[in-house]
Amino acid sequence: MIAYIVRRLFSTIVVMAVVAFVVFSLLYLTPGDPAAVIAGDIATDEDIRLIHARLGLDEPFLVQFGRWVWALLHGDLGTSIFTNLPVTQLIGQRIEPTVALTLCTLTVAILVAVPLGVVAAAKAGTWLDRAVMAFSVLGFSVPVFVFAYILILTFSVQLDWLPVQGYRNIRDGVWEWLRHLILPSIALGTVYVALIARMTRASMLDVLSQDYIRTAAAKGLAPDQVLIGHALKNAAIPIMTIIGMGIALLISGAIVTETVFALPGVGRLTVDAILRRDYPIIQGVILIFSAVYVLVNLLVDLSYVFFDPRIRY
Amino acid sequence: MSALAFIDPSIASPKSVSPTWRRFRDAFRRHPTALIGGVILICMVAIAIFAPWLGTIDPQAVAPIKRLKPPSADFWFGTDMLGRDVYSRVVYGARVSLIVGLAVAMFSTVLGVAIGLVTGYVRALDAVVMRVMDGLMSIPSVLLAIALMALTKASVGNVIAAITLAEVPRVVRLVRSLVLTLREQPYVEAAIASGTTLPRILMRHILPNIVAPLLVQGTYVCGSAMITEAILSFIGAGTPPNIPSWGNIMAEGRSLIQIAGYLILFPGICLSLTVLAVNLLGDGMRDALDPRLARRM
Repeated sequence: MIAYIVRRLFSTIVVMAVVAFVVFSLLYLTPGDPAAVIAGDIATDEDIRLIHARLGLDEPFLVQFGRWVWALLHGDLGTSIFTNLPVTQLIGQRIEPTVALTLCTLTVAILVAVPLGVVAAAKAGTWLDRAVMAFSVLGFSVPVFVFAYILILTFSVQLDWLPVQGYRNIRDGVWEWLRHLILPSIALGTVYVALIARMTRASMLDVLSQDYIRTAAAKGLAPDQVLIGHALKNAAIPIMTIIGMGIALLISGAIVTETVFALPGVGRLTVDAILRRDYPIIQGVILIFSAVYVLVNLLVDLSYVFFDPRIRY
Repeated sequence: MSALAFIDPSIASPKSVSPTWRRFRDAFRRHPTALIGGVILICMVAIAIFAPWLGTIDPQAVAPIKRLKPPSADFWFGTDMLGRDVYSRVVYGARVSLIVGLAVAMFSTVLGVAIGLVTGYVRALDAVVMRVMDGLMSIPSVLLAIALMALTKASVGNVIAAITLAEVPRVVRLVRSLVLTLREQPYVEAAIASGTTLPRILMRHILPNIVAPLLVQGTYVCGSAMITEAILSFIGAGTPPNIPSWGNIMAEGRSLIQIAGYLILFPGICLSLTVLAVNLLGDGMRDALDPRLARRM
């Protein structure tokens, strides 16, 4: 087990190194001279040369990469070109709405999707099954922001039940905070629910055709017990895998959702950084999001032991 | 025509349709939704091609007097804040989405097959290439596309390149896993034993066997590329504003949602419908080509 965790950690480090290299190369390949941007409009050639020397921009690619990684390992993601503030500080200021949004969505999506998938598999072939599958295809096809605007037009503009945009801190009251997260979470969660429900159904159908399920039913276990205790637990591994992989959808979706609902999160920071070509911020965001994605999938891998004790790493 | 055909006309008719085609036909019969998807898609392609003859005016024609008119008999989908006809813009916008979807599906498949075939077959390369692909795959694809677009200037070509790069690792992964199982097949071993060269094995024995799953994967890539293009344009890092695309029209409607929801509704519906059509077609094809999967998904 420990040997497996160590091996898995090692491969995670390799993957993160590749990510870091790709992300650094992106900045390196950026057209234009960052020193000229930092120096401003009235800089002389001498100023730009000084900044070049100070930032080490004249050094070879690998030396620059090494220095950048070294800083990274010390928690330094660089400095924003536009605001001249450390990228870690900027991301730190904006992390709360993003974490609130994604955790809300993640929890609600799993609580909705898994039962949907289980019911669809248990009632395979009925109208209920077909309804879940139809919903799932629709969920894949309607882009996050289109669905988000349909929700806003219905529940905020027409019915006036929920706020159109904006974010409240949880310190301003839990209800106010939650009210501003309901529509964003539904919009962001739909594609995720579609994905998990579909995989849950497929995995459950596979397990339900196994002999031990028939045995469990034959020895007189209640149908619910068979479905949850025997089937779902054995169907859990592909479901966990897709939950982990779906995090990528959640991250991409969060950027769009924050834009639509004007949530001051990391996604909004990214979009602003793109419009201002503030590359250090884009780099930092990609690195952090990718690290989260890789770590979540590492945890998912380790969770297999819990669901299937036969797995011994 | 054989002599038998005179006795039984059915022999003359092309009865021996290739099995793949028969499976397609049967799948369409079993899944009318795939047929619906196909029909919607053909309609969208027709709309994109015949855009100038569908009662449209110049999608870029600015008319300040007619700003933000709601949908009416004159302006079917209303006008935007510059007085441009939204119907014309939506019809022309179909072109961008379809071109991006098709091009990304094609390029990422070709690139993915090239890399996947070689890495799946040449063990020495496998470890290195797959680590790189793992790394690329841990960057959420929309984020990677955003980063690439931030590097270059906005153009349809760059959008296609950025989304293709973000989608390629997934295709490589699929091709590699297929190759790894195929290379253990007896007919491949027989080909190796009889001294067939590597390129010939890849072209004659491996490639034909991965076409079906690639076709299915290709449709899904096409659908997700159309969504990614819209996302990129929507956040201002995609198709340049002087080309009407569904994402662009929605981006312009962003701040006007409370007074002109139709700016977002019409392109949004068109985009969803097109992606839905592609996905339905993909599901139908998967059922036709992989009966084992069809039972499950």
